[in-house]
Amino acid sequence: MSSAPITGAAGTRRRRAPRPLRAGHVFVAGYVILLVAFGIIPTAYGIYFAFTNAGNRFAGLSNFMAAARDFRYLPAVEHVGLYLVIWLIALVVFVTGLALVLHQLPARRTGRTVRFLYYIPGALAGAASVMVWLFMLDPTVSPAAPFLRLLGYGTFSQVIQPGHLAILFAMIAFWTGAGGWIVVMYGALNNIPLDVIEAARIDGAGGWQIAQRIQIPMLRKWIVYMVILAFAVGTQLFVEPQLISEASLGVAGRDYSLNQLSYDFAFQNNNVNYAAAISVELLVICLVVAAVFVTRSRFFDAD
Amino acid sequence: MPTETTAPAAVRVPGAGVARSRPRRPRRPARAAGQILPGLLLTVFGIFFVLPLIWLLLAATKTDAQLVQDNPLSFGSWHALRQNWDALTGFQGDAILLWLRNSALYAFLALVITLAVGIPAGYALAMMEFPGRRLLLITTLVVMLMPTTTLVVPLFLEINAVHLVGSLWSVVLPFSFYPFGVFLTYIYFSTALPRDLLAAARIDGCTEFGAFRRIALPLAAPIIALVGFFSFVANWTNYFLPYVMLPQSNQYPVQVGLGLLLTDVPQFNPTAGNAAVLRPELALATLVAISPVLIVFLFAQRYLISGLLAGATKE
Repeated sequence: MSSAPITGAAGTRRRRAPRPLRAGHVFVAGYVILLVAFGIIPTAYGIYFAFTNAGNRFAGLSNFMAAARDFRYLPAVEHVGLYLVIWLIALVVFVTGLALVLHQLPARRTGRTVRFLYYIPGALAGAASVMVWLFMLDPTVSPAAPFLRLLGYGTFSQVIQPGHLAILFAMIAFWTGAGGWIVVMYGALNNIPLDVIEAARIDGAGGWQIAQRIQIPMLRKWIVYMVILAFAVGTQLFVEPQLISEASLGVAGRDYSLNQLSYDFAFQNNNVNYAAAISVELLVICLVVAAVFVTRSRFFDAD
Repeated sequence: MPTETTAPAAVRVPGAGVARSRPRRPRRPARAAGQILPGLLLTVFGIFFVLPLIWLLLAATKTDAQLVQDNPLSFGSWHALRQNWDALTGFQGDAILLWLRNSALYAFLALVITLAVGIPAGYALAMMEFPGRRLLLITTLVVMLMPTTTLVVPLFLEINAVHLVGSLWSVVLPFSFYPFGVFLTYIYFSTALPRDLLAAARIDGCTEFGAFRRIALPLAAPIIALVGFFSFVANWTNYFLPYVMLPQSNQYPVQVGLGLLLTDVPQFNPTAGNAAVLRPELALATLVAISPVLIVFLFAQRYLISGLLAGATKE
């Protein structure tokens, strides 16, 4: 990690006064306490449980092996993997595409309104979005019922059959999250110097060529940032399947995702060691992804 | 490349080059087709994003029979809305109001602690030199990129070990730990506050705390609003943590309460008992549950979409 070129935006100026040596510690003390109590200790605690057995003896990897042998484990990995693939592709294609289209709009006022409209579903993140989509997916009440019937689904249980869940969860996640990312991408597009675009236009580049040759390459680090964060969040899938399992007439199981399985181990099977093992796996995935991104991407390098 | 794009949170001071005006391009009739396709795309996605919300607004004004029989996008009646509200508040004796109060309390307490702790920390990381600063910064970045849900089960084990499960603090304190807010504050002060200003204050005999109080804090309004906004929205919409930490239904925040209501809707859960909740009541409950965040969104609209918050979202 030592190669991380982390500097403030004003980091080029290296003349920091050595005088305020201890005051800084007082300023960060409260935050450090919270960081230790709710970031570091739970991590350590999870690791401790993952590597010990019910008798608090060191158990090596046996919890990991046992959790992985559970009949629900592999399906959960497959579910989350499929969901991630669909969601990430949808995010990259549509968020980038819509941001580019919005950026080309000549009418600025319309653009503002559209961006805000796309952003609003973000207010329904969490349980509320699942409520809304339960209704949207129920052909008896949905405004999209004709469309659902066209696809051949006449009842709620047909729509939410297990094979559909990954794509439905991806759709819900896209509905709540895409608007925020479109705003971010739009902001990044605004930061591309105008003269570069103008130069391309004078050289005869059309809108599509400008997008392909200039804008998308310059957006790349933002797209990577989005994919990394969305990947990390996506591995944690919990609310959507948990609520659907309570509302699906038993169609969707309560162990669809890894986080649900961890929850079930802890609270249904009273096996905190297996639960902790799964938590640690998810934690390691997110930590590795985050650490690689922070140290390798130069994203947090202000120069 | 301008520095704004390289930092993930290009927080700019309002008024400082907010909207870069683009020159209007003359519309050429030959490219009409090129205008229609984007318009169509934006409209289709517009419907996708907005239609469920419009439906939700209208559903709350209908009876359950109207919900099924009438046009999905028709208005019911004020009378039905009133009835739905009465039935909703009748559920477990004003439970919905209690849940809203709980949500407000948790989100507000966490917000106060987040700001009180995070603003000074971000300021110190940006403007002061002290041993451990770099380590703290890297740790913050890494933790910030981890979704909050990652630690829920380990957090439960920890809180359980100190016998705090079911208490207010089991939710409020983990909510208050908000590394993303610290990071935003760090970026803000490193870009918006000239070091020379602080140096001048020190030469004039200002202590570090004096400089923070007299110089940094008066300039901090935009970042306090920004961190407050994200912290509030994140905590109000959090489901997993309170779901795990709070066993009693009278402690639920409204998000978890929605889940409880859902299990009492017979159309979604045939095993629902006799305390059945009708679908329009659930729709109304959802609306009520999201209204505080919607209101905050409307007030923040100008900032949200102007690109001012570029990079500042974290799901």
